[in-house]
Amino acid sequence: MIWLIGLGGSLGAAARYLLSYCINNKKISKNFPVGTWAINITGSFLLGFLANLHQAGGISDGVWLFTGVGFCGAYTTFSTFGYEVITLIQQNKKMLAGIYVLTSVCVSIGTAAIGFML
Amino acid sequence: MKLLFVMLGGFLGAVSRFTLGEWIKTDSGFPLATLSINLFGCFILSWFLTFITLRKSSKPEFTLFIGTGFIGSFTTFSTFSVETVLLFNNGLTVYGVIYIVASIFFGVLLAYIGYKIARIKRG
Repeated sequence: MIWLIGLGGSLGAAARYLLSYCINNKKISKNFPVGTWAINITGSFLLGFLANLHQAGGISDGVWLFTGVGFCGAYTTFSTFGYEVITLIQQNKKMLAGIYVLTSVCVSIGTAAIGFML
Repeated sequence: MKLLFVMLGGFLGAVSRFTLGEWIKTDSGFPLATLSINLFGCFILSWFLTFITLRKSSKPEFTLFIGTGFIGSFTTFSTFSVETVLLFNNGLTVYGVIYIVASIFFGVLLAYIGYKIARIKRG
């Protein structure tokens, strides 16, 4: 059980690292942490979808621990989000920090709800 | 090679999150486990990354293992989102609002405190 979570977690962390590495090379992410933003939103959608599937008995506990708890949990990150907010505030981009917080929270919860209801 | 450090940290981060989550589990329905994990992670990552940036001689593999891998996977945004949806779905609207506000407010505050502590220590 622990191995399933750990394995999913290592793949989730790898996906986050590679994806944010690709996205952060783009010009737009100089001003806005698009990488983490997109990762948290897509991960929330996926976890919403998986949570509903698991509740309905569509996937086994093992699959849930691997994909939901392990992969999605590790793919998305709250700590980097917090650090990026602080960084934006330090750079005196308070407006962007506010937009980052508001859109991350609203869109992530919104997509999680859509994923859950699918 | 760098990816390996991220993955190893991710493995340990996800396992720690699950183990600690099982331990903090409450009967009230309020997701106290994820909240505590995310808040603690915000503080420690902010402290760690600030500390490492100020100390220029650190190895990037170490930052990837601890920061990107372990703490990144230890905290989770998707569980926060889904738990919020579940709270609203179960009619626990007040819990849902408290959960969102507490996560964001204290998460950012603790990240700031972590950043400040890392700087004070360096003078």
